Amino acid sequence: MISLFVNGERHKVDADPDTPLLWVLRDQLGLFGTKYGCGKGLCGACTVLVDDEPMRACSLPAGEVQGRRVVTIQGLDSAAGKALLAAWTELDVTQCGYCQPGQIITATALLRGNPHPSDADIDTAMDGNLCRCGTYGRIRAAIHLAARRLGGTP
Amino acid sequence: MIRRGPEQPRDPSRRRFLVLAGAAGAAGFTLASVEARAGATAGELVANAFVTIAADGTVTVTVKHLEMGQGVATGLPVLVAEELEVDPARIKVAFAPADAKRYNNLFWGPSQGTGGSNATANSWEQLRKAGAAAREMLIEAAARILKVDRTTLTAGNGAVVHGPSGRRLDYGRLVAEAAKLSPPADPPLKSPAEFRLIGHPGIKRVDSAEKAQGTAIYAMDVVLPGMVTAVVARPPVFGAVVKGFNRKAALAVPGVEAVVQISSGVAVTGDDTWTALKGREALKVEWSLPENRPSTETIRRDFTARLGQPGLPARNDGDSETALDQGAKRLSAIYEVPYLAHAPMEPLDCVVRLSKGRCDVWAGCQFQTHDQAMAAKVAGLSPEQVEIHTLYAGGSFGRRANPKSDYIVEAVEVAKAVGVPVRLMWTREDDITGGYYRPMALHGFEAALDANGAPLAWRHRICCQSILEGGPFAAMIKDGIDSVSVEGAANLPYAIPNLKVELHSPKLPVPVLWWRSVGSSHTAFATECFLDELAQAGGKDPLELRRALLAGQPRHLAVLELAAAKAGWGTPLPAGRGRGLAVHESFHSFVAQVIEVAVSPTGEIKVEKVVLAVDCGIAVTPDVVRAQMEGAVAFGLSAALFGEITLKDGAVEQSNFHDYRCLRMSEMPVVEVHIIPSTAAPTGVGEPGVPPVAPALVNAIFAATGKRLRRLPLGTVPT
Repeated sequence: MISLFVNGERHKVDADPDTPLLWVLRDQLGLFGTKYGCGKGLCGACTVLVDDEPMRACSLPAGEVQGRRVVTIQGLDSAAGKALLAAWTELDVTQCGYCQPGQIITATALLRGNPHPSDADIDTAMDGNLCRCGTYGRIRAAIHLAARRLGGTP
Repeated sequence: MIRRGPEQPRDPSRRRFLVLAGAAGAAGFTLASVEARAGATAGELVANAFVTIAADGTVTVTVKHLEMGQGVATGLPVLVAEELEVDPARIKVAFAPADAKRYNNLFWGPSQGTGGSNATANSWEQLRKAGAAAREMLIEAAARILKVDRTTLTAGNGAVVHGPSGRRLDYGRLVAEAAKLSPPADPPLKSPAEFRLIGHPGIKRVDSAEKAQGTAIYAMDVVLPGMVTAVVARPPVFGAVVKGFNRKAALAVPGVEAVVQISSGVAVTGDDTWTALKGREALKVEWSLPENRPSTETIRRDFTARLGQPGLPARNDGDSETALDQGAKRLSAIYEVPYLAHAPMEPLDCVVRLSKGRCDVWAGCQFQTHDQAMAAKVAGLSPEQVEIHTLYAGGSFGRRANPKSDYIVEAVEVAKAVGVPVRLMWTREDDITGGYYRPMALHGFEAALDANGAPLAWRHRICCQSILEGGPFAAMIKDGIDSVSVEGAANLPYAIPNLKVELHSPKLPVPVLWWRSVGSSHTAFATECFLDELAQAGGKDPLELRRALLAGQPRHLAVLELAAAKAGWGTPLPAGRGRGLAVHESFHSFVAQVIEVAVSPTGEIKVEKVVLAVDCGIAVTPDVVRAQMEGAVAFGLSAALFGEITLKDGAVEQSNFHDYRCLRMSEMPVVEVHIIPSTAAPTGVGEPGVPPVAPALVNAIFAATGKRLRRLPLGTVPT
């Protein structure tokens, strides 16, 4: 039995501690916003926040996040998260949309540590999140827009 | 692995089913709405197969095409809204059930499907007429209710207004009366000058919010009562077959439900995804390997040898063989592109439920009625007994348009064997190693220039596996020529008096498929690079030479001139930088690109900027067109710089994103998109941005370094 704290709620899950967090989130908790893309931490589609740090849920054993705060796209309610969601919609960043929850989670962590990221900061933070539709230019613009809206206090 | 505890029932379906129903409702693409449309509800107007108006005025537009990111769920309803005179933001969108009569692709005959970048083009008149017919019915209904002459009525903003009195009847109040009327066969349509939505900025995507929030439903997110998850152990080499397998170890994994042989391999089902994956890992399968196990190296040798021989003629103007010997200068070159996987972010997946006399399929279907027929065949049903529930696809790029309906057939086979609903999932490794690639191709050129440096003769031999052979579009093979192997080459637009294009179509056990821009994904690379070689050999500027050879091709010329002007073609650049250009027509649209590249002293390639001009007829939703061009640049750069599937002794050497590299944020250039204003009917948008990327980049690298690269992917420039 694993005890998880996800999106502000406690869950007891009957899973082996080595089960990747991704499959616990999706198959046990029904949190489908967190996506499978590669299973090896190579694409970022499964990114979640663990104690505010972006982590790849597909390669993170669920047992390792016991007692830690997990936030998925569906529980993203920080000021930065909301500003990013609004910017994403305003700029129509999305195409197929499958990678975007992971992109937004990574961007949330970026703005938390760096309220006014430069293009180079964005490159560094976002380089592990792949998008096959090629929405990178709009992702960059949306992060800048959200940062401006937040006025430096994400 | 996940085990069921006492508080977790054997079948957690109820909770899960609610998850699906709730989320789908929020998404707006309600499955219920699709099913309900079969018969009209009292008080609603089912004007035609595409437009339904409820008594509360809600307009639902049925979209017959797959939304895989290219924006059809946004753009197609705009065509209806323009004529129906409603705010597109207030339209509900529903994906059509599979139906080859009502929802066929008008360019493909009786078959529903999305491809060839023609979703907007084939719907252009159909959906405007659908909207106009509904509008006419509503106006006629208002005339009857108000007892006025219909010429005194106009439709606007979701209502019919009586001019003389100013009385206004919302559409919702008219539907009951309108439902009694017959739809007009040929309602009047607006002229382009009258459009207030089509071609205008400000239309927002309908799916942005739900996709950003993670509530949009993909096949991966569908959960049904009693459903198991299946993964399949497939052959390690194309053409290998199961010799035997031992279920024991797999079944010993707690939660694994079944191990069954299907036509493509051995399927393992489990309570959940991780269990199924662990089960497959434990499974032992013995494979019988085929004799023919090609390697990239052997294929390259074979293709190169074939280029030395004449192929089947795809085009023959003048007398190229004679002219080749009569020029002042002769050039030859071989260009090469590798196999490529589509690698959409959502790997292949679907959910299948079999019940008495019925089969339900939830998938991001690109070929709905073909998939329906294939599922029916396996299930032992008639196609009408198979219900296709089309969901969002997390990318496709052609992969979900499969003549064998491979992943759908697998899921139906498993569901038949295990007797419960099945979610079938491909892992990324399954996706990268599973075949259906853009074919590897070699292009052999011979050309002659006259004394003034003008091209006199051009002979182009292509060696490329046929995609169409054996599939539903095989009729497009004429006189042995697979049209998609030579598209973009046989219709070369340049005025060269002696021009010959030939094709070799070798057979190989590697499954191939259309990949975003299909034949043009390699023919544009080869032809536009070799033309640059001719310019250089003839002492001409690449833009000047193209201008001269495109004098009779105004649409090519217009995009070329626009891209060149916006990019500052000819203005000086610092050392180590260069500009290259390419222009190409595909899917009846015209795209030119000027790429600016920086090459470091160690040969690293940095794409700085891409200036793109597109003529796609009327750009129905201009921002979606821009987004598709931006995305096409990224897709094209992934392939040009990194993308490569190679074979060794029949086995694919790549497996996941670490060795099948895709473009990253830091590698994305600035992309500037310029759309040519047009009143011509819309043409392709999803694919035409891809073909010019690789040649413009390679031509830019030549301009920067003087090095001519002829094989993709580029990796780095040799120093």
